[in-house]
Amino acid sequence: MRFHLKVWRQEGPEAPGRFFDYDVDDIIPEMSLLEMLDKLNEELIKKGTPPITFESDCREGICGTCGMVVNGSAHGPQPKTTTCEIRMRHFQDGEAITIEPFRAAVFPVQKDLIVERAGLDKVIQAGGYTSAYTGTHADANAILVPKDDQEYAMDAAACIGCGACVAACPNSSAMLFVAAKIAHLGTLPQGKPEEASRALSMTEAMQEEGFGACSNHFECQAVCPKGIRVETIARLNRAFLKASLKRLA
Amino acid sequence: MTLDGKVPSGPIETRWARHRDHLRLISPANKRRYTVIVVGTGLGGGSASATLAQLGYNVLAFCYQDSARRAHSIAAQGGINAAKNYGGDGDSVYRLFYETVKGGDFRSRESNVYRLAELSGNIIDQCVAQGVPFQREYSGELSTRSFGGALVSRTLFCRGQTGQQLLLGCYQAMMRQVSEGSLKVFPKKEMLDLVVVDGEAKGILVRDLTTGEYEAYAADAVVIATGGYASVFNLSTNAVGSNVGAIMRCYKKGALMANPCYTQIHPTCIPFAGWFQSKLILMSESLRNDGRVWVPKKKGDKRPPHEIPESDRDYYLERKYPSYGNLAPRDISSRAAKEACDDGRGVGPSGYAVYLDFRDAIQRHGRKVIEERYGNLFELYEHIMGEDPYAQPMKIYPASHYAMGGLWVDYNLMSNIPGLFVIGEANFSDHGANRLGASALMQGLADGYFVLPYTIGDYLATTQPGKVKPDNQEFKKVKEDDEARVNRLLSIKGSRTVLDFRIELGRLLWENVGMARSEETLTKALEEIPRIREAFWSDLKLTGSEKDLNQQLERAWRLSEALDFAEILTLDARERRESCGAHFRVEHQTPDGEALRNDAEYSYVAAWEYKGEGEKPAMHKEPLTFEVVQPTVRSYK
Repeated sequence: MRFHLKVWRQEGPEAPGRFFDYDVDDIIPEMSLLEMLDKLNEELIKKGTPPITFESDCREGICGTCGMVVNGSAHGPQPKTTTCEIRMRHFQDGEAITIEPFRAAVFPVQKDLIVERAGLDKVIQAGGYTSAYTGTHADANAILVPKDDQEYAMDAAACIGCGACVAACPNSSAMLFVAAKIAHLGTLPQGKPEEASRALSMTEAMQEEGFGACSNHFECQAVCPKGIRVETIARLNRAFLKASLKRLA
Repeated sequence: MTLDGKVPSGPIETRWARHRDHLRLISPANKRRYTVIVVGTGLGGGSASATLAQLGYNVLAFCYQDSARRAHSIAAQGGINAAKNYGGDGDSVYRLFYETVKGGDFRSRESNVYRLAELSGNIIDQCVAQGVPFQREYSGELSTRSFGGALVSRTLFCRGQTGQQLLLGCYQAMMRQVSEGSLKVFPKKEMLDLVVVDGEAKGILVRDLTTGEYEAYAADAVVIATGGYASVFNLSTNAVGSNVGAIMRCYKKGALMANPCYTQIHPTCIPFAGWFQSKLILMSESLRNDGRVWVPKKKGDKRPPHEIPESDRDYYLERKYPSYGNLAPRDISSRAAKEACDDGRGVGPSGYAVYLDFRDAIQRHGRKVIEERYGNLFELYEHIMGEDPYAQPMKIYPASHYAMGGLWVDYNLMSNIPGLFVIGEANFSDHGANRLGASALMQGLADGYFVLPYTIGDYLATTQPGKVKPDNQEFKKVKEDDEARVNRLLSIKGSRTVLDFRIELGRLLWENVGMARSEETLTKALEEIPRIREAFWSDLKLTGSEKDLNQQLERAWRLSEALDFAEILTLDARERRESCGAHFRVEHQTPDGEALRNDAEYSYVAAWEYKGEGEKPAMHKEPLTFEVVQPTVRSYK
């Protein structure tokens, strides 16, 4: 297979960026999109041209490192798929493919396709945990957890922290990211005691870090590679409202 | 050099408790005066950083990823073992201990393994308290499943994302300590070197991967938690960034490398399709609970799987190992797959794959149950292969996966360099010559949550806090050395890329130091490795500069260390003239092709000491003694 690529290149955070055109040939349908970029990079290096800088690590859709906009959509057009999981057989031979970094003011471009996402860690630091210290705890079976609750918590806990939801949101909101953590921990008896303070502190941290508010576009859900649902945002809103009222009282 | 493992004596059931009771303590008020560096933020490093910071130490955690939530522990799928007897099938601490020692083919320290089994239950309680959403039954109680090498059901799991959920537990505990000020995380900083002052580990030199600047960090102790070395095979199940750099730099500063030849080849991975691949993706071993492994009986049978009748199928694991069947340990299952393929009965385009078939399980339990158990794994498979595993069997083949060997540590997890601690996959301590499934997560968390936080205090109590500062001469010297090495890489200006060399090394190791090794192949590899290294240092082509985000340079640095590591791995494999666990020497096998151990001559840990560039390393032996479990021929028949 062969493809025509338009790839965003930018030397550094302050440098202006622009699209560069590349033609790639001899692509096998089993190859992943990133393996295609690896191949292109090998050719660039051999020519003495700096290769395209992009991040990835596990290459199996779980570490959340990779993340770029492929043909206009965060992580590419396939639903519930990370960038590293995209296989070339999903494209038409000869197709033009546009690859650019996540676009959000809170995610400044560092180089080519790499963005800085430290804001997401700061949001977790504000309360995305239970305060159980390392030590002796009750037996894991001492508190029963209804299976449905556990499954719901697991659906939300599947978030890989890639930031696609932020990149896809017209407001660069991290609501889905925050809501997933609130839903994960708040559904379980172990996380319930801190749910109110968690909803307040994480939402405030999100705003402080410059992420926008949610205005119900639901683009986040459409691009989430792990299928996190916007219903979790409704849950976050309820928890936030309840906690705010409690604070007023 | 005599290696003292500092293993306590007395009844094995109480060794750890008695040892822990006599470790020196530091008062809560004084802990904040001590700084501890932790390199790596996977399950070992993450749990250690969070716990040390909770205890009050001043902790600095480093990782090459852009966040502490991304280390490769995250990709562990299947589960974590715990001797909870939740399955009600007669499990106990002793049984987990016994199966782990046996699974490791009697090449691990009994005391360490017993401690690991003993702590396995605490880990689960800890993780549940953190909000890890382990799979539950309708009763609300925890579910378990079986893994290879075990006759009981003791593996807890979060769908096929257990590593992710456990790691997020560590990460979230870390983030809380960050907000409390006792922990600082330094992402995108790669450890280039260990700094040893007056014989003790007192800091590290890192390279900031964004700016290319060198930075020195001093501490009272250094903890290495940078994972294993499976990536030297190029194609492995490891992350593309996983590397041996940190453990090799410690080795070159005098830390001993133990049992590097013990490398686990995981039996159930997506088959090799071509050298363009950046990695091989693992399909969880838990699939072997319900999937049946088979190949056609006839050589070269190219019929599609559903056209091959039962009478023409060879369920070779069930045939050869009737009592464990498809749940035979990893090393045995991997070798059996290789044998079937070498015999011309492999499937798929390359002939190097076997079937993992769910047809019978789907008929027995219904599609819904199978979907619930393995849904995301089936999805992953379909993503990659473009085939529906509900309709036709998966094709799988073994791939390099895990390192049982690593830096040598004593019972306190301290290396032979005082102040240098090594935890998780980076050390050699608990799995012997083969690791059982779902035990890596257990070891990483046992080390980080429940062992190191106690034992490190015993060392720190003997030291004066803050004794060494980053302006110490030794930091300057290390920086000059490493800067020179980086510049040397950039100045070669040859014609071949890093990946080119990585593939060459990986292919050499896979073919000669892989699942079956012989004196001949190992000698060949030992001749070839220096040749590849020489070519690397004279013909490498890099672009870009030192003081920049330069991924080629990062990879070149890592590969330069892998080239040196490959040689110790191969040397260790040649010197161990027996077969044990994952280390299979074709000269040493029973008439029916099983590994033939030689306890009389090889019941020891081989710990290698660096003797300088181009010099042959020296081997030191730590004898292994078995007081509780008598080494027997490991049979899974």
